[in-house]
Amino acid sequence: MTGVGAVHKIYRQRQLWGGVGLVLVVIVTVGSALIAQFDLVEGFAAFPKALVWMGTNFVPDARAWANLPKILLRLGETVVVSVMATTAAAAVSFVLAILGSRTTRFHPGATVVIRALASLGRNIPVVAWAMIFLLAFGQTFLTGFLALFIESLGFLTRSYLETIDETASGPVEALRAAGTPWAPVVVHAVVPSVLPSLASWMLFMLETNIRSATLVGLLTGTGIGFLFDLYYKSLNYPSAALTTLAIVVVVLALEAASTLLRKVIL
Amino acid sequence: MRTPSLPPKPWTKPSVALTLGVVTVAGFLLLDTKGVDVAGAFVKTGKDLVTLFLQPAAVHFTVWEAVQGIVLTLALGLLTTVFGAVPALFGGLLAARNLGPGWLSALLKGFVSLIRAVPTVLWVLIFAIGAGLGSVAAVVGMTFHSFGYLLKAYSEAFEEVDHGTIEALRASGASWPAVITQAVIPGAWPGLLSWTFLRFEINFTTAVAMGAAAGAGGIGFDLFMAAGYYFNLREVGAIAWGILIVAAGLEYGATRLHQASRAGHK
Repeated sequence: MTGVGAVHKIYRQRQLWGGVGLVLVVIVTVGSALIAQFDLVEGFAAFPKALVWMGTNFVPDARAWANLPKILLRLGETVVVSVMATTAAAAVSFVLAILGSRTTRFHPGATVVIRALASLGRNIPVVAWAMIFLLAFGQTFLTGFLALFIESLGFLTRSYLETIDETASGPVEALRAAGTPWAPVVVHAVVPSVLPSLASWMLFMLETNIRSATLVGLLTGTGIGFLFDLYYKSLNYPSAALTTLAIVVVVLALEAASTLLRKVIL
Repeated sequence: MRTPSLPPKPWTKPSVALTLGVVTVAGFLLLDTKGVDVAGAFVKTGKDLVTLFLQPAAVHFTVWEAVQGIVLTLALGLLTTVFGAVPALFGGLLAARNLGPGWLSALLKGFVSLIRAVPTVLWVLIFAIGAGLGSVAAVVGMTFHSFGYLLKAYSEAFEEVDHGTIEALRASGASWPAVITQAVIPGAWPGLLSWTFLRFEINFTTAVAMGAAAGAGGIGFDLFMAAGYYFNLREVGAIAWGILIVAAGLEYGATRLHQASRAGHK
């Protein structure tokens, strides 16, 4: 009897909390819509209209296909910059993570400093970094590279640090107990136990960076983002559509490749 | 638990690392720096960063206006998360392999991976042609991308729900809606919450970017004006601090929810 009563009480509480949560979400959403001056009716009306417009006007035509070599060149540049930023960030992050991890650090203070810097890197949006680097590096690939590099560094350092903390402490302690010095411990215990997950994080970062690179390019006048902006602003929608299509193909190909690589690595 | 050390697969790992390394080095050697004095630019950026972070000041707008900008950006982030989450919840139920037919799952997941392959900023710009630049285009574009992201995340959360519970309810004659509301959604709840909040965190950053790159207003627009128009470093600093504090707070919340959802699985 008491058991059934308790179950009913749990169900009623669950329903009560669910109801309170739902009401809260609705209130906050309506408040947000008012703040953003977003008209729900207008928004929903715009959606199908935009899709119809896309289907009729946002389609590559013969003139756009003639631009394909130019688009592919710019897209290639963006992909290369993303790879550069990700690879460089992964290498530096690995060193920072070794210096900052509980199991391999020299001083606890290093962890605090490295974690704080990593938080700064990833929590300031990539667009803000791009605007900052733009001031000194101008419209060159270096602006985008540095913005993506700092963002990836912040993200990967945290992920690597936590991976090493979680998975390497066992093997490290075993070697330490046997009196092994620091460097061989890192090479023989840390690297082999964490490498697959670090590689997986890096692939994830690369996928993210290819998308961010378009945005950064749009803002800083480089790469594929610049070209899209050019076509967009000159109302050359068929070419903008082809640019979008090329980005989609590259992103999907990269996702497929990284899924494949994960299977091999993990 | 994954085993920490895996058998080496020498034919892929070094070749992948080598390719990435070669692309990175070649990129630095081959990409055009357009005659920028790289060493000088690094020194200038270093000085800029010191001014930015240590001497923040509001010049062209008041602190109160900056707070309003952040609130608007948060509102955009929240609105697009909720609008994306509602259809994604239904879509996620249809796309979960353990709940619906396999062909439907493949179809829906393929469709949303197409949506996700287009960077958010391009969606916003494409919708802006129909709806005009501003909050409507930003909301619709960001909602579209959030829907794609959350549908995939939700369906995977549903797929992790214990198969036995679902089968037991079905065997005891429970109706389809009852199975969903009594077993599937409660079972996946911590994961759903965690993914949704993570998307909110992403959408805040995206809303900053849309303010800077696609006329969505908010703190991103202030950032764009301060860095790209007034060239006022101290003002950029004030904005960067504001964004950093909010983003770090959101990240903390997302991490806590993620840990809670992982604890629920053990």
